[in-house]
Amino acid sequence: MPQALAQHKSYQADFERLERGLRFGDAPWLQALRRQAMDSFDQLGFPTALRGNEKWKYTRVAPIAEAAFEHPFDGQPDRVQASDIQGIAPWDKGWTNLVFVDGRYSAALSTPNGAGSSMQAISLAAALATEEALVQQHLARYADFKDDAFIALNTAFLEDGALVWVPPGETLPTPLHILFITTEHQKPVVTYPRVLLVAGSNSRLILIESYISLSSNGYFTNSVVEMLAEEGAQIEHYRFARESPRAYHVGMTRAYLAKDSVLKTTSLTVGCAILRNDLMVLLDAPGASTEVRGLHLTNGVDHVDNHIDIDHAKPYTKSNQYFKGVLDGKSRAVFSGRVLIRQNAVKAQAHQKDYNIILSEGAEIDTKPALEIYCDDVMATHGATAGHVAEELLFYMRSRGLDRELARALLVRGFASEIIDGVGVDSLRSYLDRQLSQALPTHQPERSL
Amino acid sequence: MSHHNGDTRPPMLQIANLHVAIGDVEILKGVDLAVRLGEVHAIMGPNGSGKSTLVNVLAGRPGYTVTQGEVLYEGMDLLRMLPEERARAGVFLAFQYPVELPGVRNWQFIKTAVDSIRRHKGLKELSVREFDRLLQDKVRTMEFDPELIKRAVNEGFSGGEKKRNETIQLLMLDPKLALLDETDSGLDIDALRTVASAVNTRRSSSNATILVTHYQRILNYVTPDHVHILIDGRLVMFGGPALALEVEAKGYDWLRQAAETTG
Repeated sequence: MPQALAQHKSYQADFERLERGLRFGDAPWLQALRRQAMDSFDQLGFPTALRGNEKWKYTRVAPIAEAAFEHPFDGQPDRVQASDIQGIAPWDKGWTNLVFVDGRYSAALSTPNGAGSSMQAISLAAALATEEALVQQHLARYADFKDDAFIALNTAFLEDGALVWVPPGETLPTPLHILFITTEHQKPVVTYPRVLLVAGSNSRLILIESYISLSSNGYFTNSVVEMLAEEGAQIEHYRFARESPRAYHVGMTRAYLAKDSVLKTTSLTVGCAILRNDLMVLLDAPGASTEVRGLHLTNGVDHVDNHIDIDHAKPYTKSNQYFKGVLDGKSRAVFSGRVLIRQNAVKAQAHQKDYNIILSEGAEIDTKPALEIYCDDVMATHGATAGHVAEELLFYMRSRGLDRELARALLVRGFASEIIDGVGVDSLRSYLDRQLSQALPTHQPERSL
Repeated sequence: MSHHNGDTRPPMLQIANLHVAIGDVEILKGVDLAVRLGEVHAIMGPNGSGKSTLVNVLAGRPGYTVTQGEVLYEGMDLLRMLPEERARAGVFLAFQYPVELPGVRNWQFIKTAVDSIRRHKGLKELSVREFDRLLQDKVRTMEFDPELIKRAVNEGFSGGEKKRNETIQLLMLDPKLALLDETDSGLDIDALRTVASAVNTRRSSSNATILVTHYQRILNYVTPDHVHILIDGRLVMFGGPALALEVEAKGYDWLRQAAETTG
């Protein structure tokens, strides 16, 4: 793999340049953290889909490993105007918005008011100046870079990102939106979005994380979101990705849930060249529970891989996974949902469902729900389906005068909208609804004579 | 076995020597039937006699093979038309087992159906307000829970609610030829009366109805012009409303024997 090796060296060179020219974050602990992460990446290398590597069995990352990505050292977040993203990005003036352009915080686009709250939602770069102790306490604690090359790479290049800290007992009055935009570049770039969320005990918040592109070129988004839900905290999280069709996107989400805390997370993914939505939730105390939902829409030669890993480490923990996919063209999707119920996790409840509609002959889904249960006293179910639109349903609709294509479009729309309908933020739901209309096969009714 | 009762108008529906198979199994073995505008025909028969097959073939359900015979509907070769073309030409099937359409809202579905048919007739789509006024009127007529109009089609509906929903669609689409496939089965007496009254209200000289049923119960409320008995894929007897009562009293066995002696 001489080419992959060459590219690997380019990350090294970028890393050294980053170390030399740091604009902030000179704290020795942070430098040491980056260095450790880079060492991890050196040792691990990009994962391969070789036998025995179940995590990457269905997704070949060689195209990422072998591509040359430039580090946008000269990023200019100010060159994106609000009008550039209007109608493209999810947006609501009522939200607290933190915007990052090519990985860097854009003060001009952000609206970090945090109205009526002592919450902190600021760029990591700023947080390192004002909240260094907090950042040092939590950063890279929940997203472990020692056994994951993508997290290692993200951590090694950690420069900017978002810090969100919600004080104990506080309920955020408005959703918090963190938007990552990749702009047009002459050569493919790599960005390293990073979010650190610390939800204090009994706090409540809605976090929207979105990725959009102003380019139709190839690039690489390597993001890491780490979350801590302290006792009784409730996090409602949405993850939206609509990257360039030629983009690579590896999104690592790592959540640590304390006693009686709740994480409800929903992802909506519009396919691209390679997209990995990789979530790991550690249910580390009784009463911790998570609900993971997802919808992915793929077309062309998209490849989308949802990899969900839930660790029931303690008794009385709950998890519920529900994924839906609509596949068209020659696209490929993967769902691998692993649930681990450890020996002492009595009364744990775990459910997994993955339902897919395949619209074309060339599309393919690999669905692999997996339960690993080491405890007798638990309740666990799983199921997966993949199929075409049922003829029986089409006939019912056609017998009412709808032509076949319209009937199919309505059914697919209905199938997908179940996940969208569950979105608890009105303006986000209507945005996602529009995205759905754009991404799904459309139907022009025949005109009358 | 068509019969004219002195009516000289050409029938709107003319079924001639219809043979239908599912796979290698012949279900209908030569059915002849003529239906004229203004008529209500009841087709009765025991389970497995082919009643549902007959109306489903007329509506264009996939999975059946017509091996012989033809069907003329208003002069058109009905069997060559797509299901949606038949619907737009005025054929409507009320399903015995209405399917659930997950995520497709009832209101939207019925509006889309009405508009599809209107477009075919060269009419403008109904405005939301016009449509909603018509729909709410039918919802009241059918004593249907208005909440169910906002929900996904038939999803989580009781058996009776599904049948009322079929009847609402029947009233909204106002077809020329209504095919009711055991719409009465599984209905309690109130629902049965409501559905029957909708069929009666619709009854006019500009449409016709074929009502398939196992029991004559619904015929206490809808008086058919003609009653046909279908046994083992053949129409073995026809008559007036009295025939239904006779079947109710005596069962199907005597007709089966009669079919064997004539067959």
